[in-house]
Amino acid sequence: MSVAQTIRQKLIIAFKPSRIEVRDESHLHAGHAGARPEGESHFRILVVSQEFEGLTRVHRHRRVYDALKEEFDGPVHALAMNTLAPGELGDTDETRDAE
Amino acid sequence: MSDNPAFADIKTKIDANPVMLFMKGTPQFPQCGFSAAVVQMLDYLGVDYGTENVLASDELRQNIKDFSNWPTVPQLYVKGEFVGGSDIVREMFENGELRTFFENKGVPVAA
Repeated sequence: MSVAQTIRQKLIIAFKPSRIEVRDESHLHAGHAGARPEGESHFRILVVSQEFEGLTRVHRHRRVYDALKEEFDGPVHALAMNTLAPGELGDTDETRDAE
Repeated sequence: MSDNPAFADIKTKIDANPVMLFMKGTPQFPQCGFSAAVVQMLDYLGVDYGTENVLASDELRQNIKDFSNWPTVPQLYVKGEFVGGSDIVREMFENGELRTFFENKGVPVAA
């Protein structure tokens, strides 16, 4: 299973998202500090979940970091994240641009 | 937060700088795109800020993650409060919240 697939699976279990996207953007960071030659180091995620309702941004991101702790201790170097509660969907360019 | 003695040094820096950015590299020579982005946003708003280069010390690089309970760098503190990493700062910058946040915290921003 790829790192992206593992991330997706763990996020689904942790947040039961109504929408989830996981993109491997390692190619954009090739050669940077933390980038691994084999890739799978830089990811971007979008998670829309009821679980985020009423939580601050810091709290939401901490919940994601907790869910992906093993990945951060391992191959994952950076994770750009957009964490939304259902009512917030469509508030950002990110969600509009997402496939 | 535990009794790690290194935490006292981190706390001192946060207390000494109303806006404190832990980053990779320096504002002049950021060594990571995420750190560079936060520097650009702070410069755009014209706030004064202190920085610490976590790449200069393996210990600091680990300690700041433990101190903040946040596994990535950059990390922004304002008046002792942890604001977040580059995603959060960018989101606040883009919707105008960051400027208001600084103003409410009594941090001077450029007109």
